Amino acid sequence: MAPRIRFKDPWQEQRLFFGRLIAAAVVILLLTGLLVARLVQLQVVNHPHFADLSQDNRIRIEPVPPTRGLIYDRHGQILAENLPAYQLELIPEQVEDMPATLAALAELGLIPPGDIDRILALARRQRRFEPVTLNFRMDDEQVATFAVRRQHFPGVDIRARLRRHYPFGAATAHTVGYVGGLSARDLERLDRANYAGTSQVGKTGVEFAYEHLLHGQVGYRQVVVNARGRVLERLETPAERPAAPDGRRTSRRPVPGQDVVLGLDIHLQLAALEALGARRGAVVVLDTRDGDVLAMASTPGFDPNLFSTGISQADYQALLRDPDNPLFDRALRGIYPPGSTIKPQMALALLHHRVVGPGERLFCPGHFRLPGSSHRFRDWRREGHGHVDLIEAMAQSCDVYFYAHGSTLGIDRMHEFLTAVGLGERTGIDIQGERPGLVPSREWKRGAFRQREDQAWFPGETVIAAIGQGYMNATMLQLAHSTAVLAQRGVRTQPRLAIASSDPLNGELIELPSVERSRVILEDERQWDLIRDSMIAVTRGARGTARLQMRGTSYLVAGKTGTAQVFSVGQDEEYDADAIDERLRDHALFVAFAPAEAPEISIAVIVENGGSGSSVAAPVARAVMDRYFATRER
Amino acid sequence: MFEQTQAFEARRPLTLPARVLRSLHLDAPLLLALLAVCAIGLGVLYSAVGQNASLVVSQSLRLGVALAALLVVAQIPPAALRNWAPWVFLAGIGLLLATLFFGEVGKGARRWLDLGIVRFQPSEVLKLAVPLMVAWYLHERALPPAFHHVLVILLAALAPAVLIAAQPDLGTAVLVASSGIFALLLAGLRLRYLFAAGVLALAALPVLWHFMLDYQRRRVLTFMNPESDPLGAGYNIIQSKIAIGSGGVFGKGWLNGTQAHLEFLPERATDFIFAVIGEEFGLLGLLALLALYLFIVGRGLYIAANAQDTFSRLLAGSLSLTFFVYVFVNAGMVSGLLPVVGVPLPLVSFGGTSMVTLMAGFGILMSIHTRRKLLAA
Repeated sequence: MAPRIRFKDPWQEQRLFFGRLIAAAVVILLLTGLLVARLVQLQVVNHPHFADLSQDNRIRIEPVPPTRGLIYDRHGQILAENLPAYQLELIPEQVEDMPATLAALAELGLIPPGDIDRILALARRQRRFEPVTLNFRMDDEQVATFAVRRQHFPGVDIRARLRRHYPFGAATAHTVGYVGGLSARDLERLDRANYAGTSQVGKTGVEFAYEHLLHGQVGYRQVVVNARGRVLERLETPAERPAAPDGRRTSRRPVPGQDVVLGLDIHLQLAALEALGARRGAVVVLDTRDGDVLAMASTPGFDPNLFSTGISQADYQALLRDPDNPLFDRALRGIYPPGSTIKPQMALALLHHRVVGPGERLFCPGHFRLPGSSHRFRDWRREGHGHVDLIEAMAQSCDVYFYAHGSTLGIDRMHEFLTAVGLGERTGIDIQGERPGLVPSREWKRGAFRQREDQAWFPGETVIAAIGQGYMNATMLQLAHSTAVLAQRGVRTQPRLAIASSDPLNGELIELPSVERSRVILEDERQWDLIRDSMIAVTRGARGTARLQMRGTSYLVAGKTGTAQVFSVGQDEEYDADAIDERLRDHALFVAFAPAEAPEISIAVIVENGGSGSSVAAPVARAVMDRYFATRER
Repeated sequence: MFEQTQAFEARRPLTLPARVLRSLHLDAPLLLALLAVCAIGLGVLYSAVGQNASLVVSQSLRLGVALAALLVVAQIPPAALRNWAPWVFLAGIGLLLATLFFGEVGKGARRWLDLGIVRFQPSEVLKLAVPLMVAWYLHERALPPAFHHVLVILLAALAPAVLIAAQPDLGTAVLVASSGIFALLLAGLRLRYLFAAGVLALAALPVLWHFMLDYQRRRVLTFMNPESDPLGAGYNIIQSKIAIGSGGVFGKGWLNGTQAHLEFLPERATDFIFAVIGEEFGLLGLLALLALYLFIVGRGLYIAANAQDTFSRLLAGSLSLTFFVYVFVNAGMVSGLLPVVGVPLPLVSFGGTSMVTLMAGFGILMSIHTRRKLLAA
């Protein structure tokens, strides 16, 4: 068959086109007819049905926020409560010009000017008919100021709500933490539905860590709204009502947040703060038997009530700029060279690895030299301690004893043993933000430095690590924890703030279990006793470094002083406290457990740049322990 | 013939507005209908956004830009459009590929391209580029098109649609593909090809299902049974049906739609604005709006019928039919006839990008209609 040749035929093509155009027009009319039929079906035939549904839609479900759980100390003292307060609220959809309204309110002094951006950001995230809190606590004057101008601010109103209050203020700022305004960022991590209607959320400490218990479950109730979304009538109080026939619940009572009981003893906490006074420092007291944090103080502090009522930008900036850094939790996050306070753990490592025998003596000439090196590692006492055995070395805090035996032990065995007794890693306390501290090792140094020549471990670094200097650092929580491990002969119990929570159903307290993390087993159990005796020698021995401060205690204290260098003194220079800047002076430290024969508590104290551990830190520990033993339950 | 009558009229002295429109190459009936729809749109929008005047002002500005685009495009003679057609198409494909690799992500889709000064959706360009390309290709060829030409055209229409669907933007992909296919149908595609294509499409459905994204599948499933997921994906459809149905014959009145104002109806200013009209103006309002839309489509088809060469005819016909698809898909999805594919109601929904393309398309129609040469016969 010959190939068909086709020509362009304009008339033929146009006729074809018209035909198709008419077909298209018919299809269009058919489809439009279908659409119209559908609209008639919806708007005429089924109109009554949909009109009813639309009427039902005027009834809106409104969230009822739960009451936040309270926080108690171990004796039932309230540490965080809810007080009624007047709040200023705004419903975005009822406000025409948000920025102008907020600016006008700020001018009247009703909201801090620095909060405007935060409020605008939050309003954008929320549904437009949900209220945004502008001011968490209005004083009487502010309430009056707004009340007379209310008509100028449609969509803004005063509402009585509960606000969080911390009766002990700064004393619990770091441990209990505080709540703050719910931010757009918080909403990303929380269950949005459960936080509908909630205006404040835990930001730090126990308030943050136990948010899931404290918050509770949101409830619902039905409200009738008018065409602009304003609530006309609340249909019923939030009570449990049988489910509607279609299976939807029409209202639900909110489940209040659970109360949380802390192991903290607020009076011990106050005693610790009083003992620290105006100095920068921290005190941690643990119950060695169950890990309860009895006191955890950090000075200076700040007033957490500022945050729960919406802190002003000016106050916040002032806190941030304070050179003493009051927002910083020195007990949990401050890492310090532990100095001689880790000598008990070090001594135990020496015994365990048989580097030294219990009664073996060593001559201390006041300095130590590594074989083949001219560098002199100096003892804190220039003239030396003479012949010392383990108990004397501890009592007098002889550095040379630990220099010599520590360098024989070696950094890797040192690292392994100290880590086993709770140093150099997080204790696992139940609030966030804990720092892990550091017990150095060869492996750590290889990973920590970029330059190859910095990665090698030098023998001199082992020598200073043996007295808790150099790279080594620890938090006060860790020191108290590790000291508790010594007190409990190797049992590592995880420190905890919360010890019980209330049952959401009947309000009865449910105890939270105490967690034993691990257990250090020594081949020779008597080594624990030897270490305890050496620590008793610190407080009771004729030449014990803390004998003066611990004189006359009704209980027996096993302790250890520490004076940690912040500033390196040159080879032949003399440390002169008056000549150097206050911030470069030595930190004063003290650790202890008591009663030595049947331990109940362990304590770690630091006074930043305080000077000597014996004269500055030990008296703080003494005051706190006296308070504990004066009031403890018998 | 009809042209001759018009030619006689043209000799009569023209009124001043008519002379201005003529010199600007604008078509008065089409322009008036477009402006009427836009005016209705702004009024409904004011109600749908909760009487927020600033949003209406910004929409008016976009409308101004779109009308400027119409005016500019109307000045381009169809012959010039024909010469540019393949280059516009290639540039459009290039931009689409660029979007696929460098585009900005928003709401889970990669649709936007940032050219430093402006941010736009290249898929919009294809809404014009595909019909231009198909009309250009068929212009010189004998019609009805031979089989291999049909394949070329299908490739030109479906390749960009697949790229757009991959962004993913199913609504625009449907519009782009149909604009090419309409041109092909109008060119006189043989009915046996059409029949074969229908069978193939049915066979391809399971394959398509396999390649759909989760949210697209969910939309199809919810379309089949919206009540299955009343608080999730079915919520939009249920609420929009309540809005339309509760409007009744006469509507609840402007600014009185409770569904829209109490925020039960999602996307009420954009894709679901048709439901707001149904709620506030009732069946009568919707019928009036549909009548306006039909008038615009009809005027477009009339322009196509009077166009004087294959390129103009196919282009005008394809653009008009695509406009109808726009309206039908949006009205259909909002009233629960079709699955939700994310097509705005043309000239009414809040948003600017699609409006500029639409108006530019009408500029093409006007350019075609105002440049007819008088025929001797």
